Amino acid sequence: MSTLRRIYLALFAIYLIGPIIVITAVSFNEKRFLSFPPKGFSLRWYAEIFVANDWFTSLMNSLTIALAAATLAVLIAFPVAYTAWRFGLRYARALFALGIAPFILPPVIMALGFLLLFTSVGINGLMVNVIIAHAIFLLALPLVTISLGLESVDQSLVEASQTMGASGWVVFRTVILPIAAPFAFAGFAFCFVLSLNEYIIALMTVGFTVETLPVKIFNALRYGYTPVIASIAVVFMLVNITVFSLIAKFSNLTRILGAQD
Amino acid sequence: MSGLKIEGVTKKFGSLTAVEDVNLHFTAGEMICFLGPSGCGKTTLLRMIAGLEDPTNGTISFDGQDLTHVPVHQRDIGMVFQSFALFPHLSVAENITYAMRIRGHSRSDREDRATELLDMMRLPGLGDRRISQLSGGQKQRVAIARALALNPKIFLLDEPMSALDANLREAMQIELRKLQQELGITTVVVTHDQTEAMTMADEIVVMGRAKVLQTGSPMEIYKKPIDRFVAGFIGSSNLLPATLTGDNSVRVGAAELRVGENRAGQGAGADVLLMTRPEEVFVRAAKGDTPANAVTGTVTFIRDIGATIEILVDCDGHEVVSVLTPKDWPDVKVGDAVTVEMPESACMVLAA
Amino acid sequence: MQQGSGLTRTLALIPSSVMIGIFFLVPFVLIVLTSFSVEMDNGDYELGFSLAHFERFATWFYIERALFSAGLCALIAILSLLIAYPFTWFLTNFGPRTQTLWLIYILAQLSLSEVLIAFSWQILLSRTAGIANILVWVGLAEESFAMTPSAGAVLAALVYLAVPFSVLLLYPALSRLDKSLTEASRTLGASPLRTFFTVVIPVTRPAIISSGVTIFVLTLGAIIVPQVLGQPQHWTLSVLITDQAIFNFNMPFASALAVVLLVISGSVIFAVTKLTGAKA
Repeated sequence: MSTLRRIYLALFAIYLIGPIIVITAVSFNEKRFLSFPPKGFSLRWYAEIFVANDWFTSLMNSLTIALAAATLAVLIAFPVAYTAWRFGLRYARALFALGIAPFILPPVIMALGFLLLFTSVGINGLMVNVIIAHAIFLLALPLVTISLGLESVDQSLVEASQTMGASGWVVFRTVILPIAAPFAFAGFAFCFVLSLNEYIIALMTVGFTVETLPVKIFNALRYGYTPVIASIAVVFMLVNITVFSLIAKFSNLTRILGAQD
Repeated sequence: MSGLKIEGVTKKFGSLTAVEDVNLHFTAGEMICFLGPSGCGKTTLLRMIAGLEDPTNGTISFDGQDLTHVPVHQRDIGMVFQSFALFPHLSVAENITYAMRIRGHSRSDREDRATELLDMMRLPGLGDRRISQLSGGQKQRVAIARALALNPKIFLLDEPMSALDANLREAMQIELRKLQQELGITTVVVTHDQTEAMTMADEIVVMGRAKVLQTGSPMEIYKKPIDRFVAGFIGSSNLLPATLTGDNSVRVGAAELRVGENRAGQGAGADVLLMTRPEEVFVRAAKGDTPANAVTGTVTFIRDIGATIEILVDCDGHEVVSVLTPKDWPDVKVGDAVTVEMPESACMVLAA
Repeated sequence: MQQGSGLTRTLALIPSSVMIGIFFLVPFVLIVLTSFSVEMDNGDYELGFSLAHFERFATWFYIERALFSAGLCALIAILSLLIAYPFTWFLTNFGPRTQTLWLIYILAQLSLSEVLIAFSWQILLSRTAGIANILVWVGLAEESFAMTPSAGAVLAALVYLAVPFSVLLLYPALSRLDKSLTEASRTLGASPLRTFFTVVIPVTRPAIISSGVTIFVLTLGAIIVPQVLGQPQHWTLSVLITDQAIFNFNMPFASALAVVLLVISGSVIFAVTKLTGAKA
């Protein structure tokens, strides 16, 4: 069993990490054409992301959208999760369920819906469109993490602060918010990363006016191999790892992912 | 009108009555224990004193001031929760000075007070610890320090020992009692542990099924329980079915016994219970004739734990326990026929 | 005693309600309305009731695409669960630190854009830098060759996309599995392997089924991998919807296809929740 287990785990790790390693190796290639193992060592394709005007613009677009969408999603999610938890409002619970739905359905359906909505009111191609669309699409993430955070606020903590003289607002500010904040941050970070990597909704809402990185990469892919894509993939992977490490550090990652304490 | 006064307090949750028509009055500075099995309403009563629950009927006042509708955060109380309810996002010192912080006390005042309280609770230097780094006993001391930070008028504790190890409990009970006497603060403790109540309380309130069954000092309740429920809850007791033959005499099986006190409120002929405490009855080896005020039986088990010896006797299908000191050892073994002497002063009659 | 009256609580929900209402419910209604819309002479469309777009779907070409999509996604769900399940089981038995490190990596890869996953598999399966070179090196092939575009490439990349999701979907059930159950099975004489098959898998069966459904719906949404690594005959419904909406500007037909996709994913989710709900 233990030999079998080791072989399986090794194969699994190779399968999972292999493609990422290949991409990383290719990104240091000196030449413009594709080769593996790489020929020479160069960081020029990393420099290219920041030097080449169009790639840099896309990067900034993606970052702006991801930050704004994640903020908006948390702002929409917090009151819903809070009222559902604190007062058990049936209406808040219904909103909660609605807010989860976009994330479960195939994203192309939401993408098409947003496209129809924005064209029917005649507001096309603005960055705010994709920000709102991403916030709604990814709303499930802060909803879930924030309610997990609120559930970790034991009722006795609220009562304890009341017995020490805290009124409603003070309880919220000094007890509930500080305990729930790391989980809200986790929701924010999840949203940020997924928005950064999202393709189809960005394409259908603003694909022809505000090019995000995934959209630009896909467009570039159709014209053959471009080594910058490899370096972007590595940068994205690093960003993802950094963000999730932050969540693990400041919040309870295994609990957010469904393990019991 | 000094002290804590509870008048006609009832609490209903839907169709369930958690507390029914409770009337109590305690002198300021006393330590009071609400004692009873789980679900008897003692915690609900405590939470109404705290202001965490609104009474359905009745009033609660302290030193003549009606508190019934004062919101919890304006009540000037300190409360220790069963789970301690320490804030996980704050350090030990921040927990202790939470009440001061939200009232805008200066940082230096808070630090001074935190140091003072940590010293008082014998936790010096732990102010910067995280709550998760504390042991159960330390958590409890922090919870007590936190509740006392602003010298509240009423100190409330909800099952404060239940999260502690058994060996830590007794030491903590004594310490808490000493602290309370030192501070002279009116204190209410909820517990289901009779030893805890007897160790700490000036007054014990025995509760059962939403009602107050008996109120009194620990010794009053131990010596003169009002009924078999209270007798069973405070200390252990032997209960034998008996028939009253006069105001102060009963018949148990063939034996006739004189009793010290009749609390059944019934006269001759009534079926009652004869109650005795295990340490007040004595087992003797049977020698022909039965002595006065005694029943006969057979030894079923002997538990010798050094300081005391416990002998279980089967008396006509009913178990009687006798706890003896080694000097009273009757030299019997399991299976021996014995007599159990029940001195008149130790015998009490309760309603069946 | 509670903070805030009923009114303020409801007021606090207004902004969220407006956002969710306008940007989630309205798009849905629009998709459904557009799918029934009437085409006009100038090629534009207006609201009405016409089944023309669904009739267009009801040809063998599109039905075959729908069946292909469903079949492909079902296969991927099964394969990715087979690959991910043992790993997730081992993962939950690792120490908390190792667990967290693995979870961070898996989350990072899971979040990586489908575009980038497609790109990395394009390299991996390419003639110049791909695994074909390894085959040459070991002597299994004469000279390197490109493995794309092909159905196999689409399948491989989509499974790769689905595995991290499978791990995370199985993780809660496996990490909450009472470890004393497996210990009990061991004390009763079962080998670790036997314990795995007779205790761990049966106990987590509801989680396996619901994870499978989620993976199914998730891969139904894949858009880039079939385009980059496959030929048009490997395109799934999601790709066709994008194609109709963005490149053919045929919103009514795109909407009709979206309704079909919605019905497929919705009914699978519903059927399986019913099924597992009844048994669990």
